[in-house]
Amino acid sequence: MLGRSSPSYTVRGYSAPRAGAFAGRPRSLLARAFARNSVLRQMDWVLVVVVCGLSAIGVVLVWSATQPSLLAAGEDPRTYMKKQLLWSVIGLLLMFAVSFADSRRLRSWTPVAYGLTLLALVAVLVPHIGSDINGARAWINLPGGFQIEPSEFAKVALVLVIASVFSHARGARPGLRSVLLALAAAAPLMALVVIEPALGVALVLVAVTATMIVLSGTRLRIIGALLAIVGAAVALAGGAHLLKSYQLTRFTSFLHPSADLAGAGYNAAQAKIAVGSGGMFGTGLFHGQIVAGNYVPSQQTDFIFTVAGEELGFVGTITIVVLLFIVIVRALRIAARTDDLFGVLIASGVAIWFAFQSFVNIGMTIGIMPITGLPLPFVSYGGSAVFADMIAIGMLQSVRRHRSVFD
Amino acid sequence: MNVSSRRRLVVLYVLAAAMLISLGGRLYYLQVMNNTSFTKLAEQNQTRDVIVPAVRGQILDDVGNQLVTNQTALVVSVDMMTLNQQPGGAAPVLRRLAPLLGTSYTHLSQETRLCTKGVSQPCWAGSPYQPIPVDQHVSDRVALQVMEEQSQFPGVTAQAQPVIDYPEPYGANPAQVLGYLQPITPQEIASRHLPVTGFSGVDLVGQAGLEAQYDSQLRGQAGTQVVSVNAAGDVTGTVSQTPPVTGDDLVTSINAQIQADAQNALNGAITRSRAEGNAANQGAAIVMTTTGRVVAMASYPDYNPSIWTGGITQTEFNELFGTQDGEPILNWATQGQYAPGSTFKVTSTAAAVADGYPLDGLYNCPASVNINGVTLKNDGEPSLGDMSFAEALIQSCDTVYYQLGDDMYLTDDPNANNSTGPRAPIQKMQKMELAWGFGQNTGIDLPAESTGTIPTRQWLYYLWKDNARTGQDWCKYGRQNGSYVQQIEYQDCQNGWQWEPGQAAIAAIGQGYVTVTPLQLANAYAALANGGTLYSPRIGEALLSPTTGQVVQKINPPVIRHLPVSGNTLAYIRDALAGVVTQGTAASAFSGFPLNQVCVAGKTGTAQLFGKNATSVFASFAPCNDPKYVVVVMVPDSGYGADVAAPAVRQIWDGIYGLEGHKAAVPSGQLPSSPPRITATGAIDAPAGYTREP
Repeated sequence: MLGRSSPSYTVRGYSAPRAGAFAGRPRSLLARAFARNSVLRQMDWVLVVVVCGLSAIGVVLVWSATQPSLLAAGEDPRTYMKKQLLWSVIGLLLMFAVSFADSRRLRSWTPVAYGLTLLALVAVLVPHIGSDINGARAWINLPGGFQIEPSEFAKVALVLVIASVFSHARGARPGLRSVLLALAAAAPLMALVVIEPALGVALVLVAVTATMIVLSGTRLRIIGALLAIVGAAVALAGGAHLLKSYQLTRFTSFLHPSADLAGAGYNAAQAKIAVGSGGMFGTGLFHGQIVAGNYVPSQQTDFIFTVAGEELGFVGTITIVVLLFIVIVRALRIAARTDDLFGVLIASGVAIWFAFQSFVNIGMTIGIMPITGLPLPFVSYGGSAVFADMIAIGMLQSVRRHRSVFD
Repeated sequence: MNVSSRRRLVVLYVLAAAMLISLGGRLYYLQVMNNTSFTKLAEQNQTRDVIVPAVRGQILDDVGNQLVTNQTALVVSVDMMTLNQQPGGAAPVLRRLAPLLGTSYTHLSQETRLCTKGVSQPCWAGSPYQPIPVDQHVSDRVALQVMEEQSQFPGVTAQAQPVIDYPEPYGANPAQVLGYLQPITPQEIASRHLPVTGFSGVDLVGQAGLEAQYDSQLRGQAGTQVVSVNAAGDVTGTVSQTPPVTGDDLVTSINAQIQADAQNALNGAITRSRAEGNAANQGAAIVMTTTGRVVAMASYPDYNPSIWTGGITQTEFNELFGTQDGEPILNWATQGQYAPGSTFKVTSTAAAVADGYPLDGLYNCPASVNINGVTLKNDGEPSLGDMSFAEALIQSCDTVYYQLGDDMYLTDDPNANNSTGPRAPIQKMQKMELAWGFGQNTGIDLPAESTGTIPTRQWLYYLWKDNARTGQDWCKYGRQNGSYVQQIEYQDCQNGWQWEPGQAAIAAIGQGYVTVTPLQLANAYAALANGGTLYSPRIGEALLSPTTGQVVQKINPPVIRHLPVSGNTLAYIRDALAGVVTQGTAASAFSGFPLNQVCVAGKTGTAQLFGKNATSVFASFAPCNDPKYVVVVMVPDSGYGADVAAPAVRQIWDGIYGLEGHKAAVPSGQLPSSPPRITATGAIDAPAGYTREP
């Protein structure tokens, strides 16, 4: 809306300024794009560059990770690379599109996004619509052989809905009512993700929800009470064996990695060997023996970091870690510089999402976190994840542009 | 935005920084500080060492006939590790496999169980991680079926493998000499520092005989192949390899034809003895050169060595090791310990001459002698009056030697008889017997040789110590006025450690406590025949490289010592032994033998044992004037030496020289002077002038 000339009108009796008097000279699209208060000028370009960098690394790593097995299968060795490149480009476009939305529009989209996500999460459980891969019903089949993973978008929906709930709160600090409302809104998303089951995503949702409640500024005693209830619930769940046994095994195996090398500890051990064998500079792209031998499972998706570890070495892995750190810090900076609670919560929600997901994903490849099915933001292969991540960056850009309604 | 939100946002910055530091630190720790150990782990991960087994060397006779060789056969093996992981375990697969191999499920499951305590044969004595060969000769059709239908037969493989084979040229089957192969046990792998090959049927080690003695040379060197594998264990390429080195071929001095002759002669002697009602359930025949090379070594009963191949049944195992069947697993030629009887008079003569008795003196041969109050008779003979040593040997007069034994006892150090303990001095006559190689290992290239017994004072002391109050417990069972055995036990309890005149007398004719192995006797006669050089006999002659044909190692019988007997005395004894065949105790056994073609000299022995038939012995050498060979046959519990052993020896001489209608085993009785050659193609060429079995 900004930057557009106001509609012209005349009031009889008064000499209104001539139409276009304040409109300034007509400007070219390029000039408008780079005007002082233009969308593009107000974007966080550091964030854009860093995200592009991560995506580029991701495309190359996916290529390197999939080439040996594709070659062995006699297929085009760049199949996955091309797809990931396409997802990343589409993702960037989505980011820009979302950037253009203002705060109010984001808020108005929230119910739609929330509703659609819930619908999609229910749909995956429906036979013939959802598809079962590795024991999880997490995908919706689309025509043309594409699949969509709604749980990735659940993160976006969650951030939006919780931010929306708290921003509607009356008074200086959101009270118990808002907190309960936020929890009520988050609960169906979490429940549906757990049913799939996509435990990793559920953990992200829990972490994001908890952080956003804390950052909403609600009273500490409410947070304390919530913690007590959650603690009791966890204790009960533990007793009732709500966690599936393989989930428990995966969680505990990282604590004793050598206990069961052939079973659950295998992935953890192989991932660690792959990363550890990389050394300072790695074997070089496409030269990883562990990658080529297919020792680490899901190495283009959840374990993509091991490819970086083996082929790019410490230089490559620390680069990825630093780039992700920059994304998180930029998101926190946006949150810190925003006045309106909706924006603060959106930005900090996205920050904790990326932080948690990155830490768990990288941590599981280097033996400090349990193995959970979480992609590395921007880097892991997968359209849904890339889209969701990019939309989140778009939301950050949007928030940044409307730091203050009084700007 | 409220104040607490802003304050709490700071915590997130801290968390982000903590994440950067912890991930960065951990990555530095793993990738930079611990890179070496992870690189090593990665290498172990990605490569597997495949051991390529070496083909085992052959065992050849002196002209190149294959006594042990390898045949390529299709071997079906089961990997029990894989089978046990199948749904329902190994049973369903084995049930499907059994009819294909024409056997029963029960048999297959027995063959594939591990030999542990309480498990009887058949069972698998090798490593549980190793594929177990269950059929050594399957047809192409069966092999194809197994390999094509891997879903039906998971863990079952059919591979062309070298399988040990015993061609038995001319029917020669020196089973106990060759020994046998058995799967290596994990303990043996550890103790011998061998690589685990992981291949079926080749992790075999020699367990007896030449296979055990020359195991390291015959075994060759397993090759290694380092292959790269992916996570699924599929081989993706070869990283490096060292090819296996085929084991060396062992050329022996065994001559297959003479071996076959010796076996037949021994079998015939035993059959004849049994026909006369004797037990005769074991025996040995040895042919060796006077230079210490074994030309034939037969041990009765023998067995078919191929029963070891591909799993032995419990019945076969029991027969092989059971005393009831004469323990065919044992080589009686080196492990049998029998009284030598009168063949021992040769050493007694030498001992007497060395003690100062004149070689040309005359010695009385009465019908009986009184030794320390006991009357010892000349075996069924009347008084023959005074005679020379030659006559005493020819007629095998016992009383001459009883008297000599007693005389030498009396002139021995008198105090020594009261000396007890392990350092008691050795008697005069025993010194000579020990010098001829009795009472100790000959050092032949076969494992598990017996020493025989020369009852030195030290030996008596230990016998008494072991049996007076423990072992046979003479003091408990002995009775002063009991049965004959009880009286002896009573005596032995009192002074069993003491060397007595009676013992000295009967030891002089090779009885009493004296035992020798057939090989010791043959070896002592070889020393007598060759002029006094006692060799440590050898069966192995040379080790040949099967690839280059080069002689890797020549094996020569080492000299143990020279007999402490003058050449003159030995010549005298040799002449006397020639007389044994022409006019003495063996004259009837050799009547009609063409002595003008090959002059044979020898000595009969008939060792009487309490409660058993006599051990029949004949030790001989030929030609008399320039002895080349020694032939010895010993058959315990069978009868007179002249009746059982001597005819067998005659038959063997016939075979060697081609006499009395026999075909000569070697042209004009000459053994080849050089080993057979192995050509570049691996074919074996007999030495010039000799031929292999067609």
